[in-house]
Amino acid sequence: MLPAQFFPGQDSLSWIFQIIFTLLFIVMIFYGQRIQMYVMIREIEGSLLRLKFIRDEGRKIAIKTIKETGKPEVDPTKRVDQFLEYVTIPPQSMDPAGIVWKLEHILDVREDRFKDDVKLMAPAADETNINNLENTLEAAAALNIIYKVIRHFYILGKKTLSLYIIMQIQMILPLIMREAEAYASALKAFSFGQPIGDGAGALVAAKLMHGHRKQKIEKDCVVAKVPLEGRTAYVIKAEGPGGNVGKPGEAIKRVVEKNDGKISAIIMIDAALKLEGEKPGEIAEGVGAAIGGPGTEQYKIEESILKYKIPINAVIIKEDIGDAVSPMRKEIFDATEVAVETVKRVIKERTKEGDTIIIAGIGNSIGVGQ
Amino acid sequence: MSEEIERTARRFSSIVLIVIIVVLVLSLTALYQAYELYLTNDPTVGYYLLIGFVGLALSTYMLFQTRRRIQGFTLKTPPITTTIVCSKCGLKNVRNFERGDYILKELGPCTKCEGTMMISAIYREVKQKGKKEKVFT
Repeated sequence: MLPAQFFPGQDSLSWIFQIIFTLLFIVMIFYGQRIQMYVMIREIEGSLLRLKFIRDEGRKIAIKTIKETGKPEVDPTKRVDQFLEYVTIPPQSMDPAGIVWKLEHILDVREDRFKDDVKLMAPAADETNINNLENTLEAAAALNIIYKVIRHFYILGKKTLSLYIIMQIQMILPLIMREAEAYASALKAFSFGQPIGDGAGALVAAKLMHGHRKQKIEKDCVVAKVPLEGRTAYVIKAEGPGGNVGKPGEAIKRVVEKNDGKISAIIMIDAALKLEGEKPGEIAEGVGAAIGGPGTEQYKIEESILKYKIPINAVIIKEDIGDAVSPMRKEIFDATEVAVETVKRVIKERTKEGDTIIIAGIGNSIGVGQ
Repeated sequence: MSEEIERTARRFSSIVLIVIIVVLVLSLTALYQAYELYLTNDPTVGYYLLIGFVGLALSTYMLFQTRRRIQGFTLKTPPITTTIVCSKCGLKNVRNFERGDYILKELGPCTKCEGTMMISAIYREVKQKGKKEKVFT
């Protein structure tokens, strides 16, 4: 009786269905993983095509902007392609003592090299445009490297037919695509010189120092002595409106040394990555050096505050990676006003009248004057 | 190598299109067959109806997916707004962003008073699309 259960009835259609299902079952047993792998490869292929499109668009935007603002005599395409392939080799960390200064030196050399190259590509560009072009090219280079890394894993996965190589890239692909889209919007913002979300901290500092005498301090940074709530505030930001982040760590160190360490508090304002579910433009307060990047500037600030035991406060404006590098959202712009009020409240609560304080607005100053 | 990817994608797209068309034709045939069997009161009409509708739904879905893929290949430029305000009388002027604009840039005298016009804000407005997500606060 039991074997009869496995066989269909007398009509031919039931037989056909039974055969199809049995065949499908056998195929799935032997080729299930391979089919799954091809589905993943297909998904990566689609994303890779989009990445290639974004990368090529980025390259085109960079070349077009150089031609428009730099008025080069020769076609800059070859130099741009060379720029996109630049590599920066980080210092050896087997003996970590002194690595901060080695890294800083490498980054300085890299920046000087980038600037020199941009000047060669765009001889007619002024300082602001040179900074913006440098940022544009860096965003294009980031897109190029993202595309190449994904392509590497895609080809490697196809060559080895390893499910695990393909699977690991397929799993992180949505996050990589988000980052690539963010760089694509950054590229447009940089080429037009529009303020970006990352510049929220610099904008807060700009609002505080506006109307007061500014002077250049350290590389690409400005400082203004501002009377604020009965205290003397040294407000520091990267010099705008060109795209640069300056060396705020060095600038803070200089101001602290100039005042023989007699600083009652340091307040740092910076944009920080929000978690999903948090609203863009939310403000959070805390302690510590609110600064991103490779870590060299944070190290300098921490060294200075430790030497003189200066309390350090942080005000952060939350945003996601897409908002940080794309043109500034209204919510983030509005949040800078709230951040100004927060800074004033922190000053009143944490310091006394007559004290000297430092306020540092961290971030890319593209599209933000002072 | 990138040409190879493009070629593979193009080849795949045409294969997908052929598969969609074949499935569509077969499902329509199955539906017609179901109609003929219905007229003769054949009990297998249900099978054909099932095959026909499943095939139709599948091919429509695949076609929709292919279309969405093609639409996705653009880089959108969001509109950026520049707000200009007179520091003295507060006259406000809002316009689209122009190259060379930056926050706190002075643009010259005000048209209403003797104050100075200055760019006070540059931002993009993001319209929330789709249904509202359930937020756990």
